[in-house]
This record gives sequence, structure tokens and C-alpha cells, in this order.
Amino acid sequence: MITIRSDASEMAEALAAGTITSVSLTEQHFEQIAKVDGAVHAFLFLDHEGALEQARAVDAKRVNGETLSPLAGVPLALKDVMAQKGVPTTCGSKILEGWRPPYDATVVTRLKEAGIVILGKTNMDEFAMGSSTENSAYGTTHNPWDLTKIPGGSGGGSSAALAAFEAPLAIGTDTGGSIRQPAAVTGTVGVKPTYGGVSRYGLIAFSSSLDQAGPCARTVLDTAMLHEVIAGHDERDSTSINLPVPQVVKAAKKLDVKGLKIGVVKELQGEGFQDGVLNRFNEALEDLVNAGAELVHVSCPSFDYALAAYYLIAPSECSSNLARFDSMRYGIRIGDDGTRSAEEVMNMTRHAGFGPEVKRRIILGTYALSSGYYDAYYGSAQKVRTLLIQDFSAAFLKADVLVSPTSPTTAFAIGQNDNNPLAMYLNDIATIPANMAGIGAMSLPSGLADEDGLPTGFHIMSPAMKDDLMYQVGGTLEAALLSKWGAPLLSKAPDLAVNS
Amino acid sequence: MTLNYDQAVTKYEPTLGLEVHVELNTASKMFCSCSTTFGAAPNTQTCPVCLGMPGALPVVNAKAIESSILIGLALNCSVAPFSRFARKNYFYPDMPKNFQTSQFDEPICVNGYLDVQVDTDDGVQSFRVEIERVHMEEDTGKSLHVGGATGRIHGADYSLLDYNRAGIPLVEIVTKIIPNTGKYAPQVARAYVTELRDILRSLGVSDVKMEQGSMRCDVNLSLAPIDSGKLGTRSETKNVNSLRSVERAVIGEVVRQAERLEAGERIVQETRHFLEESGQTRPGRSKEQAEDYRYFPEPDLVPVVPDSSWIEELRVLLPEKPSVRRKRLQDTWAVPDKEMAALVNAELLDVVEETILFGAEPSRARTWWLGEISRIANEKSVAPATLITPAHVAEVIALIASGDLTDKLARQVVDGVITGEGTPQEVIDSRGLKVVSDDSALMVAIEAAIAAQPDTAERIRGGNIPAAGALIGAVMKATGGQADAAKVRELLLKHLGQG
Repeated sequence: MITIRSDASEMAEALAAGTITSVSLTEQHFEQIAKVDGAVHAFLFLDHEGALEQARAVDAKRVNGETLSPLAGVPLALKDVMAQKGVPTTCGSKILEGWRPPYDATVVTRLKEAGIVILGKTNMDEFAMGSSTENSAYGTTHNPWDLTKIPGGSGGGSSAALAAFEAPLAIGTDTGGSIRQPAAVTGTVGVKPTYGGVSRYGLIAFSSSLDQAGPCARTVLDTAMLHEVIAGHDERDSTSINLPVPQVVKAAKKLDVKGLKIGVVKELQGEGFQDGVLNRFNEALEDLVNAGAELVHVSCPSFDYALAAYYLIAPSECSSNLARFDSMRYGIRIGDDGTRSAEEVMNMTRHAGFGPEVKRRIILGTYALSSGYYDAYYGSAQKVRTLLIQDFSAAFLKADVLVSPTSPTTAFAIGQNDNNPLAMYLNDIATIPANMAGIGAMSLPSGLADEDGLPTGFHIMSPAMKDDLMYQVGGTLEAALLSKWGAPLLSKAPDLAVNS
Repeated sequence: MTLNYDQAVTKYEPTLGLEVHVELNTASKMFCSCSTTFGAAPNTQTCPVCLGMPGALPVVNAKAIESSILIGLALNCSVAPFSRFARKNYFYPDMPKNFQTSQFDEPICVNGYLDVQVDTDDGVQSFRVEIERVHMEEDTGKSLHVGGATGRIHGADYSLLDYNRAGIPLVEIVTKIIPNTGKYAPQVARAYVTELRDILRSLGVSDVKMEQGSMRCDVNLSLAPIDSGKLGTRSETKNVNSLRSVERAVIGEVVRQAERLEAGERIVQETRHFLEESGQTRPGRSKEQAEDYRYFPEPDLVPVVPDSSWIEELRVLLPEKPSVRRKRLQDTWAVPDKEMAALVNAELLDVVEETILFGAEPSRARTWWLGEISRIANEKSVAPATLITPAHVAEVIALIASGDLTDKLARQVVDGVITGEGTPQEVIDSRGLKVVSDDSALMVAIEAAIAAQPDTAERIRGGNIPAAGALIGAVMKATGGQADAAKVRELLLKHLGQG
């Protein structure tokens, strides 16, 4: 019996077998959203009409016997950073309030072509800057495990929607951990593919050289199936890689890691990592060894500089990427009363339209790129990036994949880091190196922390365009954990629909 | 204190630098597939990419890379094996992304030169203009400031933005400083821009229409006391939009800067705008505090890494250099330097060459184009080549050679063709412009003239040959100018016993 708690792959099978329709599945998810999203606030916009129209179209094609993509008819939650034609797209920012893009992002085009039903747009930190969704201009998303906690960020809306069974699939984007850290703290799965593996066309840029869209779901296999839908070369994105998509679905189904070398990164554990997080991590390593993998210990000394370098490169690029939000062509416009110059109107619009964290990063980036400071800041950060790539290259000679906890802690309380941006930035200490080097990385649930009973994440990094390796390891670990737990981790989460 | 140009250059040595922006004539824009057609309705040639919509990404137009490499090769540059685009960050309403995608420290072509010929007191001299770089960038949109007295942004009631031009591919060609031109700085500047324009035209990469803005020149100029060995502070005169204006802008700036220096003032580093009417410049924005564009490599684009075999293929495609062609034509036509320079300056090489290809004798082809046709073109303020085709000019020249037209009649035929009366033959037929070579018809007119001026005829019979002019004039008048004056003279003198 298919319910909203089923895996996407199960839903897909039932749809293919004709035991359920996409319209019914879509309606069930809208019902769940109606029940729980008042408390969770995962969605910024629900596209009832558009979603049901898509669902009806898929059902009709199936009745006609047309060949459909494996996930056709399965609903999905789309991070509000992706342009979707005619649908409000805000990036969690006031400055884009009311904007409806005239075009679809390539990812959206591929979802539509695959018959995946887009339920609506999910909440996020403004312009993907943050680790908690607290920086959204439209309110914070709450963690379904504990509504007083953050759901991670920037893609907290997408992950919370999965954990609250509001959607079985979601799209996130990951610049420094925005897919993986929310996945870790909500007990879901999230993948940042190799940079260039999924088109960025239509992904509203935060930091162009780091941003990467990716799949989110509740299981490794579901994530892999979505991965294959959205990945692949796109001539609209010059940085998109023109190579065959790694066979991640096949890899996720392998359930075998015999002979694989798992590299444990020395620099990504220890100080700053919560005991419960480390305990689950170490147990997962044992599970992998029991499944036939070999553990090797690797050191990546330049990782110590990754966070600092990231907070120069990402703000630098964002200071330029966000310059276009000037009220001239789209979005809100403030102060245009006929007495003010275009420059004044631009100023007033940006002052009113951007939140404090976005302004902080624009200022940081503007400074770092300034003449006279460029070499010391942006230039040095790029050198660190080269060192990180070298560290990864050396480590991947010793190990097939590298692993660490995803996030140093479990979900923290909403408001806890309001006045401490540095503490907030440290959430991404383990996830940032993969973005800086452009390699693929995954987070999957490793259990619940002893201290607070909240989910912990296991982080797997694989070499560029060898995304299949992390799916192979992730799928195997997931199976081992599932047999240990007897039920999916999310079955231990409170049922938010009960008391609604 | 007022100085004229000649006085200024006896005291000060000008140093030039020229930056030329060229719009490439690719069918689509630099980073998207929008059309580049000139003159379309505002904002009809735009898309999410060139409007800078959130999420849209650029993709480089391969044809623009090819054109840029061709330009570099034609200017004797080396083509960089690795070059990158960079973002030039500044806010302006007609710039959709508020950064211009350009090239900064890694341009596509570097270190070239162009030799230009200038007419000097010591004959034609060659000056070498060294090229620092050739780089690619995108154009901005256009702002139209409505209301207010000046049409400029200050004081306007409102502004209209047209993004059709946003993203049109531009190539910027920057010279190194051009020293030691002395008083010939204006001519060197003009000759360089002319030669560059001819090269770009021969490459077929741009329309190079300065009046339409598809080629724009910034003139950098500084003065230093002669033999000081120093460089002065420069001004940048922006968007000078004709060859003549390039020359005038240099003269104007030399005079202005010399006057300032004479008055003990300093030159402000600033941009200036050229004023067509006066030939002078007015101040733009100061560059004393260098604007910080916060350049950094464009992360949305991959580096440009042209294959060396492709570069060699392009090198083979280079057409004959305009300067080489000029030398070849001058030798073939046996034209003196001065006249060659005149042909080049008047942009008549193509039409003269074509006229000759249609069978005209070279010296006659040159004379017609440089003389009568240029005169009419000047009156009408248009280019000579727009008035009449080389084929028609060749036809007229052939009719003179065969004796069917006199020079005077031929001028009338050309006038008829220019005013749109048809081909030379049609003009001849409709205007009845035929040489009267029928002796008996002429004799009737000659006898009538003698009868009207018996005294003159008597003096001619008496040996006063120059007096024949009056009678020839009368005959020509009577025949409506259609007679061959030499023939009339011959018949008249014979008739009066002087032949």
C-alpha cells in the first residue's frame, strides 16, 4: 500500500503498475502539506493547479501506453532558488518578491520532461546564504524532528519537506553544504553532484564557481533516481561537463563495498564535533568494514584553511552576482516617486530588499575584490583552493571515497546563532572542501545523537565524475543501518499530522 | 594665453594612445543567441541572458572568438594560448548584470603592431604603432534621457532603456603609447584608425561604420616639454566618431593642454567629450581617483584555449593587407605618392580599382573619381562611392575615348546618372547629349558665326589666330555645347584660310 511515507521508488513502481495515479498521489501530498506545513513552513509557494495539471498529463500518457521516465508522476519540492516559468521565484529574498521568471531552469525543464510533478517552491536562506533558513525573508522553516530546532540551510525547506512527508523528492542547491547539512539534521539524504554534473542554468547564482544543484530524498536509491533525471551536459551552461552521467542508480543498488577503500579524513573530526555525531560516525565506519570495505586514514592539511578561503571566494562572487538586483528590470522597486535618480532608487531598493546576512557578504566580497586587497584576499583564497584540490588528489590515490560526519552538530535551536555568524559558518566546516574542489559529496542519516536524539549525518566524498562511488558506499551503509534499526530512521520522528 | 597648434608643437611633444572599440558583425550576440540586427524596435532583441535575468548564464559565441583571433593576426599580435573573461563591476542602469563581461589581464591577443604612412614635410613617412592588446567584451544597452536641456542624465525627466545592444560583441584594440610623432600626431592618429578600419573591413568582421557607432575611438593624449624625456598627464577623449574627428580631437587636445601648461596649470586626468562643431573637447568624469572595477575571472565561463592548428588555419585565411594592396595598386597604376594619398584619404581605392577592372584607363579612372565625382559628393556631403557605380564611370570613360562624348558632355552624363536619370546611355539618349561631329552641320554654324562677326573673321584671315576663340565660342553656344571644340577650331581656321 503506497502512502506518503513510501519511498519515491515504491511510488514510481505503483504508478507504473497502475495501482495508484499521479493525481491521487499529488493530492495526498497536498493534504499532508495542509496538515503540517503550518508548523513546518517548508513551502513558500504551492502550485496546486500546475502540479495537478502535470499529474493529469502523466496519468493520461500512462493510460495511452506511452513510455514514461521511471519517476514520472512522483511529486517533488523545488528549492526557491530555481527559476520556474510563471511561478513565483524569490530566493527567499524580499528583493525578488512577485517575480515570475519568463523561463525554466534546465533542471526544471528536465523534471518536467520526466513527468515529475512540482508541488511548489521551498523555503531557504536568502540567496542560499545560511545554514538554518533563519535568513529567509519569509520566515524560518522548522525541523520536523523538533519544531524548536533549525532544519539546516540554506535548503532547509526542501529537507524539512522530505522529513515531514510533504514530498518524497526535492531539489536543493549546495554552495558550501546547503544540500548536505540540511539532509544531516533532518535525517534525510542529499547529494551535491560533481561541479558541472548538473546544469546551473536557471539556478539563481550565489557563488558561481561553487553552486551546484542536486537531488534530495529519503533514501539513497530515490536520490540516485532523481540524480539521473537532472544530470547531464547542458549547452546553456559553459561549466557543464560534457561526459556521460555516472551510473548512480546502478551503484546505489549494488549494496556491496568489498575491496573499496574508505578514507577517513583526520581534519574532519575531533574538536568542535559533538560526541553523539562522532559516535554514530564511528559505528557507521564499523558497518562499512563489516560489509567488506577497508578503512584508510588520510590527512588533508589544507582543509584547515578551507572555511576561511570559502568566506572570501563565495562573498566575492556573490557581490558581483547580486549586483543585478537593482529594480530596473524585475523584482521590487523602492523610492521611484519621480523625484529620485536611478542611482538613488537602486540604492533604496537594495537597502530595503536585501537582509543583513546578504548585505554582510556583499560588503565582505566587495572589499575582498577591491584593488589593493585582491591579491591578499581573493588571490590567496584561490591558492588555497588549488591546495585543497591537491590534497583531494593525493587522498584519492589512497582511498576510493573520503568520509566524515556531515555536520559537526545536530540541529541547533532556532535563534541560537543569531548574533554569531562565525558559529553559524562552522556548520559547514566538513562540507565546504568538496565545493572548493568541485567534487561530488553525499550526506545520509547515520542515526540519532545520544545527547538530544536528533539525526546525525554521514558524509561521503567521491572524486570528480565518480559520483557512482559515493552512491555505492551510501547505498551499502544505508542497507546495513536499516537492518540494524529495523525501520527507516524517520519512523522515529514525531508524526506532525496526528495533532494537526 | 592663446596658442595655435603650430606654436604648441614647437614647445611640447605630444604622446598618443588610441583605444578603438569595434562591434563585430556576428549574427548573434556575444553570450546568447539574440539577433544583432541594427535598428530593431527597442527591447525586441533580448532574452533572459542578455537581460541579466536571475539564473541565466552566458555561453561564448565561437564566431566572435574567431573574429577576434583574425583581428589579432592581422595586427601582427600573438594569440594567447589561454585567455579568460573577467567581470568589470560597476552599476549603470543600461548594464543588465551591473557588470560587464570583458577581458582584463588575460586578453586573447597581445603585442602587435601596425605601420602607417603619413605625408610629412619630408615626403611620405612610415610610423609604427605598437598594439598592446586585443580583447573581447560585450556592449551595454542604451539609455535615452528624456526631458531636460542637454539630453544627458542630469536634469532629465525620465530615462528609457533599450537592451537590444546589450551583449553585442565588441573587440577593443588598445595601442601602446605612440611616441615621437611630433607635430604629426593628428595625422598618425588618423592614419592608424583609417588603416585599422580598412583591415577590419577587409577581414569582414565588422561593418566599421563610425557614424553608426560600430567603430568608436578613444583618443588618449598627453604633452610634455620637448626633450624633457617625460610623459605628461593624459586626457581620454571618448567616442570620437569619424576619421576627421580623430585628427581634430588630437589637434584640439594639443592646443588645450598646451594653453593650460603655458598658463602654469596642471592637466587633470579625466575623460573628455569631443564637440563636433568646435573641434574642442569638454570635460567628462575625473579619473584622478581611479575607479575600482573589482575585476575578477568570470566564473560562469571557461577559459578560451584556441587550438594552435585552428589559429594557423585562420592565418591562412587572412586577406591581403590594405597597406600591401595600396603598394601593389600604386605600382600597377603608377600613381604619384600625393595622388595615392588623396585616393586613400577619399576612400576611393575600391571604386577606382573596380572602374579599372571595367576597362577604364587607370589615370582617367582616378581623375574622374577624384575630380568631378568627389566634387559633387562634397556638395552633397556623401561618400563618392554612393553616387555612381564603377561600371557606369567606366562606360563614360569609354565613350570619351571613342569620341562619342566630350569631357564637358561626359560631365553632364555623370550628373544625369547621379540624379537618377538612368544609365549613361539612357542619359545620353534622353538629354540628347551627342557630340556634333557632322562637318556640314558644324559648317552651317561656323558660317553663321562669321556672318555675325565679320570683323573678327577678318582679323583671323589677317593672321590673328587667338581671335578665333570668340568665333569658336559662338559656334559652341549655337550647338548647345555638343560640338567638339577642337573640331570646330580645325574647320573654322581651314575655312578662313589658316588651316
